[in-house]
Amino acid sequence: MKPRLATVWLGGCSGCHMSFLDMDERLIELASKVEVVFSPIADVKTFPADVDVTLVEGAVSTVEHEEMASLIRRRSRFVVSFGDCATTGNVTAMRNRFSPDEILHRAYVELADGDPTVPSEFTTIAKLLPKARPLHEFVRVDAFLHGCPPTADEIWLAVSSLVEGRIPELPNVYQRYG
Amino acid sequence: MAILTLTIDDQPVSGTETETLLEVARQHGIEIPTLCHLDGLTDVGACRLCLVEIEGASRLQPACTTRLQEGMVVRTNTERLQRYRRTIVEMLASEGNHHCAVCVSNNHCELQDLAYTVGLQYVRVPYLYPAKTLDATHKDFVIDRDRCILCSRCVRVCHEVEGAHTWDIAGRGIGCEIISDLKQPWGQSTTCTSCGKCVLVCPTGALFEKGATVAEMEKRTEFLRYIVNARQRREWNPDLLHEE
Ligand code: SF4
Ligand code: SF4
Ligand code: FES
Repeated sequence: MKPRLATVWLGGCSGCHMSFLDMDERLIELASKVEVVFSPIADVKTFPADVDVTLVEGAVSTVEHEEMASLIRRRSRFVVSFGDCATTGNVTAMRNRFSPDEILHRAYVELADGDPTVPSEFTTIAKLLPKARPLHEFVRVDAFLHGCPPTADEIWLAVSSLVEGRIPELPNVYQRYG
Repeated sequence: MAILTLTIDDQPVSGTETETLLEVARQHGIEIPTLCHLDGLTDVGACRLCLVEIEGASRLQPACTTRLQEGMVVRTNTERLQRYRRTIVEMLASEGNHHCAVCVSNNHCELQDLAYTVGLQYVRVPYLYPAKTLDATHKDFVIDRDRCILCSRCVRVCHEVEGAHTWDIAGRGIGCEIISDLKQPWGQSTTCTSCGKCVLVCPTGALFEKGATVAEMEKRTEFLRYIVNARQRREWNPDLLHEE
């Protein structure tokens, strides 16, 4: 059976997933090596069981993200912080100096074109955690891919070794911080 | 002056009693990571990255402020020191608000460089996301305290080289911050000469030129050596040169 790969999009801009797609023709090789069982670019609604490798883009920023993070951990063998927002909070964590109420007021009242109202029910908008935080502060993480976003080469190297069951040892050129 | 001999990382080295372990190590090609040290400024031992083990001493000592002694046996890169250095960088990262991807100093930052040097994969201590302030009242420059690691290079260059002493450190412990004059807005400072030396020596994106955007702020610290050398040799005062 082929290794089962998942990619998840939490509090990020999807740039890391764009970089994933930048693997270009290597995606065809990847598709022959792994089965993609969950991803924002696949039509799957629930996170499946028995996943071998999960790449997680983005910081943990909402209650839903937090629940998702723990589900991913329970159901995956390797969990990877995929990019800087997952690793450090990065851009997503820039909101942390303001409270969720201040942020919602800014977005839905101060910057509103018409009908300035903060949605009172969290049915349409996600319930924000007090702060956006890196993934490893919620669940154990096995490997980190740095970069905003990580390069396609780096993702390729990491995924290739992870699906073979090895924690990637990335060459120094990929060492970044932040 | 007497020549002292000692051992650094099993290598026999020599120097004089006015020299520091850091200077002598570097002369012999032994690299010790530093952050608050800058050639041309007085060393204060603030960042603790250059800590080394000295045989017979119970505590670790900063290489930048420790003078040579005859027969010292020094280790600069033990497993324990590597672990401590990594922890220091992690604490620096967690005590500020570093969002490198959108920082003026991205890719030209000494803190980032150090993070690679110590092999930082992720920060194990919780991020504090402290509420820090930014002052953009100066006509040419900005200080963003989110990125400040309190190395005090700006304080020292302003006091020792420019002679203005605009900057100081106020507060205690984790609440320390860099202030201008008596905590007045930088733009209203009566001591600042707008020379920009503090901006050039700041190792991070905390001090930058107005108008610089993401990754555009490259610092140049070489100027400091020229000024300090010229001053020591009195190259700028023809009368004094004549007298000598
Ligand atoms: S000062 Fe350096 S470490 Fe801090 S955000 Fe800027 S680039 Fe990153
Ligand atoms: S502003 Fe820059 S030079 Fe001054 S203490 Fe902070 S990091 Fe160091
Ligand atoms: S460089 Fe020695 S303590 Fe900072």
